[in-house]
Amino acid sequence: MNGVHDMGGMDGFGKVEPEPNEPMFHEEWESRVLAMVRAMGAAGAFNIDTSRFYRETLPPHVYLSSSYYKKWFLGLEEMLIEKGYLTREEVAAGHAMQPGKALKHGKFDLANVERVMVRGKFARPAPAPARFKIGDRVRAKNIHPTTHTRLPRYVRGHVGVVELNHGCHVFPDSAAMELGENPQWLYTVVFEGSDLWGEDGDPTLKVSIDAFEPYLDPA
Amino acid sequence: MSHDHDHHHHHDHDHSELSETELRVRALETILTEKGYVEPAALDAIIQAYETKIGPHNGARVVAKAWTDPAFKQALLEDGSKAIGTLGHVSRVGDHLVVVENTPVRHNMVVCTLCSCYPWEMLGLPPVWYKAAPYRSRAVKDPRGVLADFGVSLPKDIELRVWDSTAETRFLVLPMRPEGTEGWSEEQLAELVTRDSMIGTGFPAKPGAPS
Repeated sequence: MNGVHDMGGMDGFGKVEPEPNEPMFHEEWESRVLAMVRAMGAAGAFNIDTSRFYRETLPPHVYLSSSYYKKWFLGLEEMLIEKGYLTREEVAAGHAMQPGKALKHGKFDLANVERVMVRGKFARPAPAPARFKIGDRVRAKNIHPTTHTRLPRYVRGHVGVVELNHGCHVFPDSAAMELGENPQWLYTVVFEGSDLWGEDGDPTLKVSIDAFEPYLDPA
Repeated sequence: MSHDHDHHHHHDHDHSELSETELRVRALETILTEKGYVEPAALDAIIQAYETKIGPHNGARVVAKAWTDPAFKQALLEDGSKAIGTLGHVSRVGDHLVVVENTPVRHNMVVCTLCSCYPWEMLGLPPVWYKAAPYRSRAVKDPRGVLADFGVSLPKDIELRVWDSTAETRFLVLPMRPEGTEGWSEEQLAELVTRDSMIGTGFPAKPGAPS
């Protein structure tokens, strides 16, 4: 979706401000939110693409004015309500009012902690041969889906070169909508900065994205 | 809190410190616990693991090994996850970590313009600036301007390569080994490797400079 989350190339957000000796969490609640998101994901309440989609669909003014973990929290709460794991009444009351819904992988307890510390695997067997090979020129499609996609706006319509082939991976556009993993070939496609940004672009700049095969046409 | 203001005045300190967000987060955890979805002790354990086990020290050890062991460096650049998997002392990574090498003619920088994808296993949780709009918006269009915000300037003719992390592939920058470190051990070298140098927004510390 063409939301405010798709920020590449936008102007006006100001300088990057590194914080010296930044703490891991600025507030204790941030750590609880991180843990709840990791736990409920591992328990099977949602996948990573769905959780990203819920954050993207926060109203733009909320997205832009909320801290990182606040976005995580708001997305988590809304996602769990919409998927039937809790109700708005329970959220308002601050307590459970009815029994829980079964989780795909069961309750998240201590025995599961080790599992969330290892990154998930997203590579999948190939359903078909790769359409592109390294060195191929490809054009990022000019598509504007209203649902989740991982094709950033700033490359759409532009021509780049396939530089790496990562094999087949879970397709976020499908997974986010719970339409299955629908594995697709994944490539690193590199674009010239001057192609993306025209005369304003840095002539020494190259930018790559990781593009799933359905995002690309031959060029 | 206008109601009962006088009545509750004597114990304001019990609750006035809690922000609305904190109250909401606590309420959600209560509900998830009461419904039998999560065990609070398991949440504590996740947080403790992030606070103690994962962090840029993992990435630093990988970089230091690559600086001292050419065979490992080659394996790392060919298949980052596999090479790191041979190091028992570093956190396990998922199946797709790509290591990109800085050279005298090319500087790499990593961003996620769509959210905040980051190699947690190697670098720990990302800093706030990495997740914030200024970095996400500008890194792909004006990386030299971003680097200037970090006090970093590169030669004008060096190629700048920005990797936008738009899938589950994760990227780690292998910075150039600092001069004046001939004969240093891996442990000594790892001390010079900064988090930012592995994102591409900084360089390793110089030998002898305060880190």
